[in-house]
This record gives sequence, C-alpha cells and structure tokens, in this order.
Amino acid sequence: MIEIAWSNFTPWSALVGGILIGLAAASFLLLNGRIAGISGILGGLLTPARGDIAWRLAFLIGLIGAPTVWILASEMPAIEINAGYPALIIAGLLVGIGTRYGSGCTSGHGVCGLSRLSLRSLAATLSFMAAGFITVFVIRHLLGA
Amino acid sequence: MKYSIASFISGLVFGLGLIVSGMSNPEKVLGFLDLAGLWDPSLAFVMGGAILVGLGAFAVARKRTLSFLGFNMTIPGHTHIDKRLVIGGLTFGAGWGIAGFCPGPGLVALGAGESKAMVFVAAMLAGMVIFEVIERARTKA
Repeated sequence: MIEIAWSNFTPWSALVGGILIGLAAASFLLLNGRIAGISGILGGLLTPARGDIAWRLAFLIGLIGAPTVWILASEMPAIEINAGYPALIIAGLLVGIGTRYGSGCTSGHGVCGLSRLSLRSLAATLSFMAAGFITVFVIRHLLGA
Repeated sequence: MKYSIASFISGLVFGLGLIVSGMSNPEKVLGFLDLAGLWDPSLAFVMGGAILVGLGAFAVARKRTLSFLGFNMTIPGHTHIDKRLVIGGLTFGAGWGIAGFCPGPGLVALGAGESKAMVFVAAMLAGMVIFEVIERARTKA
C-alpha cells in the first residue's frame, strides 16, 4: 500500500507552480510557435546554427535568472541536494545522454507532449517515470542509501 | 528580437513555476519518485496544472499556421515510438532518480547558486556532448 507523506504534500503550491509552467509553455508556443522543451533548447546550443542561438540563450537566461527575480519578492525555498558528487556526475551524464537520445525530458515530452496528446510523448513519459520510480526504489530500499 | 524577448519571458515564468511548485528542490522530486517510502504526490499536481493550461494552448495552436507574433508553428509531428525514444527515456529516468534533477530544475538550482547543481549541469552538458559525438560518428559510418 502506498503511504502518503501528508506533511510534505503541497497540492496548492504544486498546482499554482504547474499552472505557471503551463503558462510558460503556452506563451512560448503561441508567441514563438515552439515547444518549450528544456533539454532540446539547451542541447541545440551545442550544435549552433545561424540565427538559432539568441532565443535559446534568452530562454535559458530567463530560467537560470528565475531565482534572482524570486528573491526580490520572497525568500528562496530550500534546495536540498543529498546526492554526493560522484552520484551527481553519473546522474548528469545519464540525464544529458538520455534526454538527447530520447528527444526530450519532463518539459518537452511530459508537459508539452502530453498537452498535445502525443502517444509518442506518452511512451517517453512512461519510460522516464518508470525508470525514475525503479531507480529510487533500488537506491533507497534495496541499497538503503 | 521579439522572438528572444518572448523566449526570455517564457524561460523566466517556467523557472518561477518550478520554484513555486517546489520542483527546484530535488528532495521533493525524489519524494514523488519514492513510491515505496512516504509518498509525496505533489509532482502529479504540477504536471496536472501544467497540462491543464497546455491542453488549451495546443488546441489554439493547432488551428493556426502562424504564431501570434507571426512566426511559423513548429510543432513536432513525429508519431513513431521507437527504441531510441524508450531507451533514451529510461536512461534519463535513471539519472533523474539518482539525483532528483531533470534539466529545468537543475538549471534553476544552478541559478540559485547551488554548487552541487553546477556539478550536475556540467555533467549533463558533458552527456549531451557525448551524445552529439557518438551521433556524428554513427552517421558518418
């Protein structure tokens, strides 16, 4: 049986944040005609094409600058990173290779793909969700880390 | 220019959404991925909220050939579900489960000055470069 962590569960802020993420993806789509897939926007910078660089940088500057804008109004919520450096490096490599090989991540396939009712993105989302669940199960409950 | 301004605003709002939702905190993401422990369903609400808005946006976008700023709609039309998609997804998911970071939250945490996020993002970029190198070697062969 699944036990819910009621003390950590934050449905309202999650929903509000999700709506903001949806608005970001919607504005990107309706203004620029593109999918807001973060791994794709970042990965495209590694094989730069003429006229294809500025908007990618602009998006990433906005994303990376969000905490700076946030602290003008409110205190930044905690960012707890418990993984050690070797784990962070392995995780980063897997995320980098996997998102490029699978043509998307939680934003491109998860948010945008499911919003456009793409079966391909559903398959991708189920794949990374399943791998995420299994990996956490193995690390936390089999290895006890 | 207006293309880049719209990009900047979308990126900023996306990042603020990740902060509000709690998804910039890897421990919160891992709380969702840990089904066998004390489960935090919050991430499902983030996805739900985002998709709710997204459904409306894509319904509007589908009827248009040009965006509101006059740019071509470049919505992917691929429908094939192949090995690359699934293996890529599984690989990404494994990395996601190890550290609790996917690309967006990793970049936001980097922007918050977290040194561990810098290591994650550097490794992620290295992974993307490795992918490009392998991909190029493959297409040449």
